[in-house]
Amino acid sequence: MIEFISQPWPWYVGGPLIALVMFGLLYFGKTFGVSANLTTMCSMAGAGKVADFFNFDWSKRIWNLVFIFGALIGGFIAQQYLTIEPGVKLAESTIISLKQLGIDNPGAEYIPGSIFSWQTLFSLKGLIILVGGGFLVGFGTRYAGGCTSGHAISGISELQIPSVIAVIGFFIGGLTMTYLFLPVIMSL
Amino acid sequence: MKYLKYLAVGVFFGIVLSKSEVVSWYRIYEMFQFDSFHMYGVIGSAIVIGIIFVQLIKRTNMKSLVGTEISFAPKTRSIARYLIGGIIFGLGWALTGACPGPMFVLVGQGVGVMLVVIASAMLGTFTYGMLKDKLPH
Repeated sequence: MIEFISQPWPWYVGGPLIALVMFGLLYFGKTFGVSANLTTMCSMAGAGKVADFFNFDWSKRIWNLVFIFGALIGGFIAQQYLTIEPGVKLAESTIISLKQLGIDNPGAEYIPGSIFSWQTLFSLKGLIILVGGGFLVGFGTRYAGGCTSGHAISGISELQIPSVIAVIGFFIGGLTMTYLFLPVIMSL
Repeated sequence: MKYLKYLAVGVFFGIVLSKSEVVSWYRIYEMFQFDSFHMYGVIGSAIVIGIIFVQLIKRTNMKSLVGTEISFAPKTRSIARYLIGGIIFGLGWALTGACPGPMFVLVGQGVGVMLVVIASAMLGTFTYGMLKDKLPH
């Protein structure tokens, strides 16, 4: 059994189970939206003193922090106990274009170790990808009022037009970065 | 104790995102290259099953665990905020290869530098909070 679930899960298993997570939170009287935690964490850190946007009773949102802390533990469990072979079986064409970007052994791990390391953080490339990328995700998700969970999954499941617009935006931004800017940033 | 159920759903969520490789920077890159169906399959099937769940809740007037109405708040109408905000999010998503959920899952997987990405995302959120009234919504 453990061996069976330690294989990579195909999309038709992962997707429906993500929907099940959304349903679970709805059944508990909550909503599925991860990025709200970033706002909560800002509020807890005292951001309410300088911006009204963060002035709210964050104790009502502790459940969501507990949820995302659980996800962190889930990541640990999956990596420690439910993974036999680390790595991702990527499409052949993706591997070729990643090698052109200067990434060795694409797919050997979940993430490229050459980017996500403390050494890289202190280079221009690392600063742009890790700090710049994180900043854009945090700014954009709040501006758009949600991230992949809140808009792409929850919002579209509720057939809300604003979420469709947001997801179109996600792809315009993502494609622009992947084709236009990423090759330049990777060559730094 | 009342938080235990959220912890359980969270652990499950973290395992699902890990095992279906949604947390993989490579999978996000591959998705934006249109080289694989995987991520479209994950998000697409989550939406299809999600629609069924939401319709089920609405049509059966399902109550939550504590007996309250399960309601869906309509999002405010706008194009600018969703499109501009979405584009900014997408630019970041293709860089970090991680949206907010996977950022936390990857910390659990031992990718310590993701804490810097999360701190930067908090800074981005904070900056939005400061500029909110000056931005088109």
